[in-house]
Amino acid sequence: MAACTTLDPMTMADADGRAAHDFSHVVASHRPQIFRFLLASTRDVDLAETLTQECFLKAHRNWSSFRGESTAMTWLMRIAINLQKDHWRNRRMQFWRQTRTNAVDLDEASEWLPSGESSQEQRLLAQERVSQVWHAVDGLSERQRTVFLLRFVEELELSEIAQTTGLSEGTVKAHLSRALARVRGELGGKR
Amino acid sequence: MSWRRFTNRAEEPVDIDALDPAMRQALGDFKASVHAWSDAVFSQPRTVREVVVRRSWRLAVGWGLTAVLLGSTLSAGLYEHHHAQVLAQLAAQRALEKQHQLATQHAQEMAQQEEDLFASVDKDVSREVPSAMEPLAQLTDDDETQ
Repeated sequence: MAACTTLDPMTMADADGRAAHDFSHVVASHRPQIFRFLLASTRDVDLAETLTQECFLKAHRNWSSFRGESTAMTWLMRIAINLQKDHWRNRRMQFWRQTRTNAVDLDEASEWLPSGESSQEQRLLAQERVSQVWHAVDGLSERQRTVFLLRFVEELELSEIAQTTGLSEGTVKAHLSRALARVRGELGGKR
Repeated sequence: MSWRRFTNRAEEPVDIDALDPAMRQALGDFKASVHAWSDAVFSQPRTVREVVVRRSWRLAVGWGLTAVLLGSTLSAGLYEHHHAQVLAQLAAQRALEKQHQLATQHAQEMAQQEEDLFASVDKDVSREVPSAMEPLAQLTDDDETQ
């Protein structure tokens, strides 16, 4: 009995230490991806950073309740999507507040391209294509945009997207189809 | 199959490999662009806290200045009001004093006039009324001459 009482705090401390280590590993490996998704969703660097911090803060608070039924990535992405929804809902409710955001415009967002060995002409064409996709994404509904970005930027599987968004795979497919049709229309319309 | 794929929007293929090259290229460029943007921002040093601090510092200075301005305006207003009240009191006091002085002066003048009047009346009366013994004295003088 005495051994038990001396052992229990040690095992609890060990467990806490292990959990903290696991969580810091999760933060290090998934933070860039969460930030990227939020940046693409909002086009606002400050907001994306704030929401990413809130996401990991919330995840840290609930880390002990994470059962591992889904992957850490799916779980974190679900938190991020809910935070983003809450943010826009609160913003809509607070209509008397300043409505200006720090979101960059579509053309500015399109200027980012990976530094490769492509020619100037190829870069300009790529920039034009990126701009067209951004315009299409801007016209999507919130859910369609989320599904589209998870699929074509984060490259999640349909099942993972379904798990993350809480939608059925069929609904995810339907949203993706509509989003792609819109992108196709934008690409076709500008030619 | 291809007719259905491109006419019914719900039938759009969701797998990137099943898409036509133009769409694949556009989506690939888009993904690369978002990754490049995110990586560039993510690798930059974080300045959010500094900005927040600066903003809060500016806000505090702004509020402070506003409070000082408001305070000084109120103080100036109150001082002006108080000063006007003091001036009005002084003016009223001076007016009262002047009125009192005028009344005193008027009373003095009236008293002087009255005194002068009495003096002139006394003088006139003493000249006009003959002395009771004068005819007798005149008779005495006449006798002596004769």
